[in-house]
Amino acid sequence: MAVTVVAIVRVRNLFAVAMLGGIYSLLAASMFVALDAVDVAFTEAAVGAGISTVLFLGTLAVTSQQEKLPAHSQIIPLFVCAVTGAALIYGSLDMARFGDPKAPIHHHVAPLYLEESQGATSVPNVVTSVLASYRGYDTLGEVTVIFTAGIGVILLLGSWRRGRRKKEDEEA
Amino acid sequence: MDIVGLYNYWIVIFLMMAGFYVVIARGNLIKKLVGLNVFQASVFVLYISMGKVTGGTAPIIAEGITNYSNPLPHVLILTAIVVGVATTALGLALVVRIRQAYGTIEEDEIHKLDDDS
Repeated sequence: MAVTVVAIVRVRNLFAVAMLGGIYSLLAASMFVALDAVDVAFTEAAVGAGISTVLFLGTLAVTSQQEKLPAHSQIIPLFVCAVTGAALIYGSLDMARFGDPKAPIHHHVAPLYLEESQGATSVPNVVTSVLASYRGYDTLGEVTVIFTAGIGVILLLGSWRRGRRKKEDEEA
Repeated sequence: MDIVGLYNYWIVIFLMMAGFYVVIARGNLIKKLVGLNVFQASVFVLYISMGKVTGGTAPIIAEGITNYSNPLPHVLILTAIVVGVATTALGLALVVRIRQAYGTIEEDEIHKLDDDS
């Protein structure tokens, strides 16, 4: 994953960048399988690696393929990233260790869901039962977000098409 | 102090900073969106790696298994992935629209066109 990311930073051909983005998502998906998150891996492989890449390629088809060198200096962004990264690493020193079953994240409501969701919803997959049943309203809100984004895309691209058609009518 | 167990956070921080660098240092709008996606996926990896329990298995209830990974980060990230794609689609639609209006997707050239007019 790190190699893919470095390639994304370096490569200037936007087609290659979009493809590397897809590879990055696919690697993330396989990593999620290794970390026991099979549902997330499904979604990431289908949506992140699939639909996102198709969207990027569709945009590239109507825009340019090659990236130009930025005119301004690269040192300030690099410095900002280094400082932020150092601060985050300092912050990570107090985090729970990887895979530690005694970490606080595993001792609040998670055991409750694992014990009771089977009896309450009779769905063996805990992720599904929490997503669709316990947090159903949250998922409804997610649908609203997608709907809003869809309307936004239609408004942005639809008005452009209408404007172009009007122009063509005037010219004719 | 045992700091080797923190390596998952450091991988995430590296990926995150690489995405952040692309967003703030590159002028091409599509490249910025790819950087934003990289950043986003690194946050997903952060959450999922926090939910992992050593020796645990996927949170699907089955007989004979007592040790499961934490299902709650998985639920949150499922929602986040889908919302992330919705925002990416909106951003790309904006890029297409900017390209129609300015004829370029390079930030510097857009600023220059704005200054000239």
